[in-house]
Amino acid sequence: MDDPLVIAGQTFTSRLVMGTGGAASLEALEQALAASGTEMTTVALRRTSPGARGSILDVLRRVGCRLLPNTAGCFTARDAVRTAKLAREAFDTDWIKLEVIGDDRTLLPDAVELRDAAETLVDDGFTVLAYTNDDPVLARHLAELGCAAVMPLGSPIGSGMGITNPYNLRIIIEQATVPVILDAGVGTASDAAIAMELGCDAVLLASAVTRAQDPALMAEAMRKAVEAGRLAHRAGRIPRRLYAEASTPAEGVPDLSDRPAEGTREPHGEPRQPTAPGERVG
Amino acid sequence: MTVIVNGQPAQVAPGQTVAGLLTGLGHPPGGPGIAVALNGEVVPRSAWPTTALDDNDRLEVLGASQGG
Repeated sequence: MDDPLVIAGQTFTSRLVMGTGGAASLEALEQALAASGTEMTTVALRRTSPGARGSILDVLRRVGCRLLPNTAGCFTARDAVRTAKLAREAFDTDWIKLEVIGDDRTLLPDAVELRDAAETLVDDGFTVLAYTNDDPVLARHLAELGCAAVMPLGSPIGSGMGITNPYNLRIIIEQATVPVILDAGVGTASDAAIAMELGCDAVLLASAVTRAQDPALMAEAMRKAVEAGRLAHRAGRIPRRLYAEASTPAEGVPDLSDRPAEGTREPHGEPRQPTAPGERVG
Repeated sequence: MTVIVNGQPAQVAPGQTVAGLLTGLGHPPGGPGIAVALNGEVVPRSAWPTTALDDNDRLEVLGASQGG
């Protein structure tokens, strides 16, 4: 494997983590997951409904995805910790996408509750992947207290606004001691590519695929965008500059003026000034 | 006696265990993907057969759903 992603000792080939929320049906979800090439997929824990047809666990088994339970819908550290423990019982995994939100309108993380929950879960042996604000200091705290990955948002969940503060994200990435996964806000493929070009280790997204008009096609676009962005990051982009820098060498530019050189032939009509060689580039 | 299962009242026999109730709901104890909270506390799978329900207990029976 050329360039694997390693989280808490687990190796992944794909750098796209998919959420499963928002899909119109389990069939559409399965097609999208397969097209995305993802190896890890989030699920939520909710009340069972008698007589429910099909199971998302069967879908994940068929697609071959590792399951990452989340604590979506939790507003307090207490609820998030309880939900994580229930998820550990239900799915036999100590991996958890920790999500503690502050309010329904923005779904932004509650930094204080998030930090408390992360500490409790790490101490209890969980492998915590923390959904966090794009706050470099909070991200550093989460990594220092033992989270296996920090997952800053690009913009609010489901907003599709992409990365609204690339500068904060750059700082988070620059100081990171654990993998950084962009989580939330991706609207289309270019957003995922930008995240990877900035140096994120992976991208987690759901709505951008599940709510697209053709989820499977968008899933394929996301897979390619994440791959392209990663390659571009590793390749190293050129610096931005205000003015042009010619890619064609200035040496060897021909003299295409329409008058003979001085003194070799008699001039025809009005003489014109020759163009200095080496000035025309492009 | 009455217990509350996922927000709905349900009649169960005295001495009914978590395992018995789940089997009645179509979730046999060996099945994957189910977790139970009794009055807000996690009941480990291993304790399902020995955890008896009391009147007015609040039980949450949870499974995987799309999300995140």
